[in-house]
Amino acid sequence: MQYLLLIYEDEKVLHGKGDDARQDYMREYREFTADIREKGKFVAGDALQPTPTATSVRVRGGKTLTTDGPFAETKEQLGGYYLVDAADLDEAIEIAARIPSAREGTIEVRPIFIYE
Amino acid sequence: MPDSAHDQLDRVLKRERARILSSLIRTCGGDFDLAEEALHDAVVAAATQWPRRGTPDAPDAWLLTTARHKAIDAIRHDIRKRRKLEELGAMSELTAHPKETAPIPDDLLRLIFTCCHPALNQEAQLALTLRTVVGMPTIEIARAFLVAEPTMAQRLVRAKKKIREARIPYRVPERREMPERLEAVLFVVYLVFNEGYSASSGEQIVRSELCRHAVQVARVLADLMPEESEVLGLLSLMLLQDSRREARTDASGELVLLHQQDRRLWDQAQIREGLAICRAAHEAQSVGAYAIQAAIAAVHARAERSEDTDWTRIARLYERLLIARPTPVVALNHAVASAMAHGPDEGLRLTDALRDDLEDYGPFQAARADFFRTTSRWREAASAYERAIALATNDPERRFLERRLAEVRANDTKA
Repeated sequence: MQYLLLIYEDEKVLHGKGDDARQDYMREYREFTADIREKGKFVAGDALQPTPTATSVRVRGGKTLTTDGPFAETKEQLGGYYLVDAADLDEAIEIAARIPSAREGTIEVRPIFIYE
Repeated sequence: MPDSAHDQLDRVLKRERARILSSLIRTCGGDFDLAEEALHDAVVAAATQWPRRGTPDAPDAWLLTTARHKAIDAIRHDIRKRRKLEELGAMSELTAHPKETAPIPDDLLRLIFTCCHPALNQEAQLALTLRTVVGMPTIEIARAFLVAEPTMAQRLVRAKKKIREARIPYRVPERREMPERLEAVLFVVYLVFNEGYSASSGEQIVRSELCRHAVQVARVLADLMPEESEVLGLLSLMLLQDSRREARTDASGELVLLHQQDRRLWDQAQIREGLAICRAAHEAQSVGAYAIQAAIAAVHARAERSEDTDWTRIARLYERLLIARPTPVVALNHAVASAMAHGPDEGLRLTDALRDDLEDYGPFQAARADFFRTTSRWREAASAYERAIALATNDPERRFLERRLAEVRANDTKA
């Protein structure tokens, strides 16, 4: 079964990191990704550009409205995701807990809807 | 005796329902609804067949096997469910055992741990445990928690949907996850107990049922995990607290404080059992918060009169509890016990440090007021009683504090 692991993190904290800390962070991410790839759990995953690059789009009355910024202003912002294959929620939670951002931010675990 | 088959069915269900259901849920690939419906159909079949053909030799195995066939029938017509079970590899499990098999004890643990899975919110954990492990009807659970029946039914539907759609596994946690997961289960059991124990709100009878149910689940856990000290600790704690039930309220339903209770009303048989289990809990290498709280309840239970209470021992136990659970409320209890053992000045000294945390906590102000009163500091006592009265959550307590306030004001004018 597939789960989407949404990575939420305070961008300000992330920006505030020094070069060394950021390098360590990146290395941890690379190691984590390599590990879940090797174990066959990785389906997809990406980091996102920070929220100042976000555009929100709505169509109302046939008109497309675009606004600058993310869908909602929150303390922690969506910064990336993994799509993983896991046997059940417990395994998905275990994988999520190993994402480096879980230590400072929050990982939201969502099962993928299956159409039948 | 035309009724005897029905009586037997009632008895089997009362004793074995949770076990049968727990095994059925596993064979249904963790689908609670499928299992519950199949068990319901099997019970209906038993009610018509047993009186005619006689009660089977192993009624629990009969119910389980029949329910399994009912589940197979149900999914035969439901392609979605069948596909889901096939995907889970559960189809073979469901159809593999045509012969009668008794429920597996471990399945009951699977059920309890799944109901108390941390991915479900606390309310859902409570409701699901009461509904499936205890077998309490939805309407009674709703009544006990003071919500409308549709609200409670909705809560159960949502919880089961999450188990199914997010695929919360139906299993006993591995050893390394056990401490955390067990803590969650014990917390739910104790919440159920406290919901029943907290006096004067809701319907009294349904609420005392909750205490009985909490003890029942703890007994099951103690039976299946006899080496877990905290399970024994919680069971003992609840037995000892519940032994005072008759003495806790007077004829008009008002709360009677521990030191004013008629100890002849305490249930001595339950106390003996609680004390024995408490001793077993303390044989473990490391002793946790429930076992320490049970030991505190045991000291009270052993005191024939209130003035016989060994407060020095209780204060020491609270010191240990403070290490296991370093919260302001535990610190307050420690201060109260220390005051009982070493005098109110000690109580004042220890509570001084808690002022920032507990300023708006009624029992804190009431305890402080009492320390001031017993050291004849009438003015400070009066202002603490005023604070405590403003913070009191029930009427008997408020009336008690108001009497005290009048008393210290009178003394203040005399002085």
